[in-house]
Amino acid sequence: MTSTQERPAAEIGAPRKRKEDARLITGRTRWTDNVVLPGMLHLAMVRSPFAHARILGIDTEAAENAPGVMAVLIGTDLADEQGALPNAWAVVPEQKAPTHPSMAVDHVAFAGEIVAMVVARTAAEADDAAELVDVDYEELPPALDLKASAADEVLAHPDLGTNVSAVWTFDSAESGTGQDVDAAIATARESGIVIEREIRQQRLIPAFMEPRSIVVDPTAEQLTVWSATQVPHFVRIFIALVLGIPEHKIRVIAPDVGGGFGGKLQFTPEEVLTVIAARRTGKPCKYSESRSESLMSAHHGRDQVQKVTLAATKDGTVTGFKAELLADMGAYLGLVTSAIPLLGALMYNGIYKFPAYRLTFTNVFTNKTWTDAYRGAGRPEATFAIERLMDELAAEVGADPLEIRERNWIKHEEFPFDTVTGMRYDSGNYEAATAKAKELFGYDALRAEQRRRRESGDPVQLGIGVSTYTEMCGLAPSRWLGSMGYVGGGWEHASVRMLPTGKVEVITGTSPHGQGHETAWSQLVADRLGVAFEDVEVLHGDTQIAARGLDTYGSRSLAVGGMAVLAAADRVIEKAKPIAAQLLEANVDDLDFTGGRFGVRGTESGMSMGELAFAVFQGHKLDGSDVERSLDADATLDPDDFSFPHGTHLCATEVDTETGGVKIRSYVSVDDVGLVVNPLIVEGQVHGGLAQGIAQALFEEAVHDESGTLLTGSFVEYLVPSAADLPAFVTARTETPATTNQLGVKGVGEAGTIASTPAVVNAIVDAVRHLGVTDIPMPCSPYRVWKALQEGTRS
Amino acid sequence: MTRVTVKVDGSSYTDDVEPRTLLVHYLREQLGKTGTVVGCDTGNCGACTVHLDGRSVKACSVLAVQADGHEVTTIEGLATNGQLHPMQQAFHENHALQCGYCTPGMIMQSIDLLAENPDPTEDQIRLGLEGNLCRCTGYQNIVRAVKAAAGGAK
Ligand code: FES
Ligand code: FES
Repeated sequence: MTSTQERPAAEIGAPRKRKEDARLITGRTRWTDNVVLPGMLHLAMVRSPFAHARILGIDTEAAENAPGVMAVLIGTDLADEQGALPNAWAVVPEQKAPTHPSMAVDHVAFAGEIVAMVVARTAAEADDAAELVDVDYEELPPALDLKASAADEVLAHPDLGTNVSAVWTFDSAESGTGQDVDAAIATARESGIVIEREIRQQRLIPAFMEPRSIVVDPTAEQLTVWSATQVPHFVRIFIALVLGIPEHKIRVIAPDVGGGFGGKLQFTPEEVLTVIAARRTGKPCKYSESRSESLMSAHHGRDQVQKVTLAATKDGTVTGFKAELLADMGAYLGLVTSAIPLLGALMYNGIYKFPAYRLTFTNVFTNKTWTDAYRGAGRPEATFAIERLMDELAAEVGADPLEIRERNWIKHEEFPFDTVTGMRYDSGNYEAATAKAKELFGYDALRAEQRRRRESGDPVQLGIGVSTYTEMCGLAPSRWLGSMGYVGGGWEHASVRMLPTGKVEVITGTSPHGQGHETAWSQLVADRLGVAFEDVEVLHGDTQIAARGLDTYGSRSLAVGGMAVLAAADRVIEKAKPIAAQLLEANVDDLDFTGGRFGVRGTESGMSMGELAFAVFQGHKLDGSDVERSLDADATLDPDDFSFPHGTHLCATEVDTETGGVKIRSYVSVDDVGLVVNPLIVEGQVHGGLAQGIAQALFEEAVHDESGTLLTGSFVEYLVPSAADLPAFVTARTETPATTNQLGVKGVGEAGTIASTPAVVNAIVDAVRHLGVTDIPMPCSPYRVWKALQEGTRS
Repeated sequence: MTRVTVKVDGSSYTDDVEPRTLLVHYLREQLGKTGTVVGCDTGNCGACTVHLDGRSVKACSVLAVQADGHEVTTIEGLATNGQLHPMQQAFHENHALQCGYCTPGMIMQSIDLLAENPDPTEDQIRLGLEGNLCRCTGYQNIVRAVKAAAGGAK
């Protein structure tokens, strides 16, 4: 009756090929843009070409009369209905923010903001008609430069009276977690070393490959929304809160989703407007953005100015660290825009023991595209700053950068370690990861080659860049989120359903968009229940199926969502045990559960999970009203704490001192992400993360002109690297289990991105430091490297 | 409207299309070949790559009318009798995809690459895939998959 085979518990850790691939490699996919419904209408958005302007009038007549057009809607039509888009994180109680309408009503605050929407029979007709919408703007001076905007030179939102949204400070002396940083710096100025830097974290664009797309079906009882989103559960709640539609009348589906990287962690104007269009017309409506629209209007990431100061003794022992950050919010606060600097604010100490620490960030509005989460969200910025400074400190002391790091890092026997920022690092072994990285890299040989090239004055110089990192991941303990001003929680939910034929359905509240949860969660459950990997189906991304969940971001899915899956599977076993005892006519205490089978100790008697599932389905032999006729179980898990993956990355670059050209010669990453469920998936996550981090170092930057127009508005100008731009990576792991969850897993999604950017920039600076270069702004294009060399030689 | 007759994944279709219709939109919207996707509007991403008479083209840079009388193969037509094409198999074996959005185009381009050069070096593979962007994988496993498929073909 059952096809469930018994299988030893060997799934966790196995390099399982992914289940999801079968549909993805054959084109049997369901992207949101594939959804076609009877009578479906198409939307086109009219977007402001100006960064800051008053809307004097909009003439829609020509568009309304264009072929196929059903409606043209402008902001004044929607003023009552559209509400305001939410920000979910007040980093300080007095945080300021402008109202964020989905469609601008009387003014626009960034180029790309929606000012009108056309609803038509076909996408082409909608696009054509959108061209006919005539908007009369009065241009206003735009606030563009971050520093000038912080000083309120030009106001992005004159009504707000200031560009400053919030100022947040953490001081270790005040909070009792460390000493006074100003005193440490004063001492170092007298008798030690002080390193000061201003670092520009350029603006980046997440640039997921699948553009965003939304389909809304207003027919039938529930409003059904398909969206290319990372966060279907958030979208459901916010449609309810923003538009006043009762939550239980909304179903949100995130079908196959083509990447996100934080860029689809958002509740968007386009989602609101597609719902409005569908409700107004009574017909299903679809909006799919073009790439140019995506690059200009989907939220951007990074964009900070970091003023950082490191104090140390003469031998390179760090005595204090201070940072003052300016963070560009862009024109509006998205879901967690305000908290991006906060997510890094307690991590600038990295893997080190700093006695004193102060960090202040100032969130600033400008008339640019709003920013929000992008892979790493705050932690790449933190890691970059400290890892750049550690290299500068090493240069100042005249020591090897790895030696200086080791002098300051937390030793493996010192865990758990309470950091100067009040975080508790549960585990880690920086010595082991570094030793492994050095060996794989051939560190000493490369240093020798570097010396040779320097001595011979080779026009191509070799540089070695180091980056050691840790990050807090697994967002997040709900208590922590609450204490920091976030309105939501950080738990995750899962259900395990035992089907009559012995197959298993796992329902997860995480919402994968490339991470392979269908495979990894199957491995977890196959292991725990002793069923075959193939017999487990993982369902997700549909609020009607996965009713409870908080979705996928912040390297949380395995450490929080996966552990919820395990907890649910454990409950299935708990529920099954007394039933098995009844059916086997044995005492519960005499039962063993191994390899998917309940056995009566000391006898041959037993039954498999699959047989049990069928017996429960029949119910014939179950006795007693207290025995529930179901093995299904749910679990909601709130993590006790973060997990802290870490690692050592080493990068060798060849820098052509004549042209400024940079070539990555080798890249080694050794990451400690705790216990690994599927090494193939982990390796893939590391590769992808490295590529994005390297891209920040070398290629990518969202550039606006002096009127606030995005110059990098297509893939011609915004340089997402191709295969030809990237090196092969050597990746390896050490495994120090986390102690904050039952398996010892940590997160991996953001690690590569967090670590790689400083490794590359350190390598470039290291190659040319002897030529007087001590810094190069990102992205380190050939021109910028060349320019730094010219300036270095002059000084 | 212009009448076109195109053979797509082994079946013949005759349709009226607007002259400005791009091949990728014809495939997706008129024929329901949604395995082929659109990732940009400037011909840079390669997500839409299909084969036109056996050679890879970006279906967003070809008009449907240009395919008139020709043969198109999409990702959906690669497997034969339920057998995956060796390149599809290689992508699966080597974990060469994550979100999978670039994958149809990447596979079509990779097949073309090996047709041109059956035994490419790593650098030749990277150069040959230059017109196809992937945001997820960092390309390493894609390169590995193409190498594996080349090895298998020998
Ligand atoms: S969609 Fe054809 S190249 Fe991007
Ligand atoms: S697998 Fe996601 S873009 Fe390539």
